Amino acid sequence: MGEDRWIEVTGLHKTYRPRRSEPTHALSDVTFTVRRGEFLSVVGPSGCGKTTLLKILAGIVPRSQGAVRVAGREVTGPLPEVGMVFQTPTLLPWRTVLQNVMVPVEIRKLDASVYRERAERLLAMVGLDGFEGSHPHELSGGMQQRAGICRALVHDPAVLLMDEPFGALDALTRESMNVELLRIWRESGQTVVFVTHSIPEAVFLSDRVVVLSPRPGRIAEIVDIELERPRTLGAMASDRAGVFVERIRRHFNATWVIDS
Amino acid sequence: MKRLRERRLRVDLRDRPELLLSPAVFVVTVLAWEFAVPAFGIDDYVLPRPTQIFDALRAQLADPLFWGHLKVTVLESGYGFLLGVAAALVLGTAISQVRLIERTFMPYVVAFQTVPKVALAPLFVVWFGFGMTSKVVMAAVISFFPVLVNVIEGLRSADADRIQVLTVFGASRLQVFRMVRLPSALPFLFAGLDIGIVFSILGAVVGEFIGAKEGLGYLLLQTNYNFDIAGMFAVLVVLSVLGLIAHFIIRFARKRLVFWAEENRVIGA
Repeated sequence: MGEDRWIEVTGLHKTYRPRRSEPTHALSDVTFTVRRGEFLSVVGPSGCGKTTLLKILAGIVPRSQGAVRVAGREVTGPLPEVGMVFQTPTLLPWRTVLQNVMVPVEIRKLDASVYRERAERLLAMVGLDGFEGSHPHELSGGMQQRAGICRALVHDPAVLLMDEPFGALDALTRESMNVELLRIWRESGQTVVFVTHSIPEAVFLSDRVVVLSPRPGRIAEIVDIELERPRTLGAMASDRAGVFVERIRRHFNATWVIDS
Repeated sequence: MKRLRERRLRVDLRDRPELLLSPAVFVVTVLAWEFAVPAFGIDDYVLPRPTQIFDALRAQLADPLFWGHLKVTVLESGYGFLLGVAAALVLGTAISQVRLIERTFMPYVVAFQTVPKVALAPLFVVWFGFGMTSKVVMAAVISFFPVLVNVIEGLRSADADRIQVLTVFGASRLQVFRMVRLPSALPFLFAGLDIGIVFSILGAVVGEFIGAKEGLGYLLLQTNYNFDIAGMFAVLVVLSVLGLIAHFIIRFARKRLVFWAEENRVIGA
């Protein structure tokens, strides 16, 4: 398996065929690769199949056609190399924060004593030290989502899939979470596929941005974001960043409406 | 320090006037009752005054025979409740998890649910005799249904997103059941237990009405035959207190075990 083709999606089609209604074409002929350690975002209007694409990568939605390989393995079901962060934190309310983070370790029957230390380190890294024994309802939305990120990282997956993880947060929390995510990514070195419908967010975070068209989602363009790292929120106001935002936005202004 | 506490108490009462009004209703009702009985010339062996009921209650509590009756009813409803709950847990889990079992058994569950369960009591006395067994069976049958319905609904209530999270991390069906479905069902289970435990006392007492040699239901009939209406009321008071204690045991357990959930909608029997 090549480092350049750590994730490989070739000729992917997805059609939902509900029993009692018309089939829906969600994705059409999607082809792209992700390098090992790359941060790749997927943007597109609502209903263009971004989430479907991520769920196919996660192995919980079957594809209709095409090939999907993650970390050198054909995706046929959930892979242990993959961690996922969801639109809502979806923590289990009856478990403490630490117990929630340990869920993947428990499921994969890994050595709890080894991974507990890692879980505690991750929680400290996102500023949740001291909350290990708290329950989710005692945490703010941003704190819950940070715990959700720790849960996705605890078993040290090679690939991190993120499905609009900050969509439900207010603008200020969202910005600081973006900064934090970049820091986590730099320290942990995961390959990230990040779905969002915020263009500035995608530009700020990514090495490359995949732009999807409305349903059925097909690739309109893959944009290289040539901004140096580490990136700051201040640099986002720069003209150079603005050029990338404009270039992606043009796709939406020309033909489609974006809803953010 | 003391003044502070007094002040807090006063604020509490202003926010929640029912804390004062609720006991006030009790006091007013009891007083009205006490004076209405002689005022309207009602014979107090037909409707005894509260003070007479209190005297009867005190006399009963001093009588070791009474404690024997109480013990029998507590045991009958307790065993019946445990039996009913165990059966409801097993069948409820099977119905909620296996489609074929649901389709096969659900029509019977619905059919039996419409049968007035207390009407079965004479049958149980014929089958299981005048001893405790027939009452245990009655209590079990009557507390079975509210628990069953809530177990089924509870095990189905699990949030699809939570299940999806576990699936992404590679969870098996059993793991999803243990880590999400079971805890999600607890609020429903406790709603069912709350109804079931009160029903189990009802079942035991009805069973004793039909045919028994001991128990509070039997004592109730005895006092009735003897025209000891104050004594009847005293037994009723004891039965109410028993029901309240049972209810609060369930509430206490729920608070400890289901600390994360709001009070849940209850599905009646």
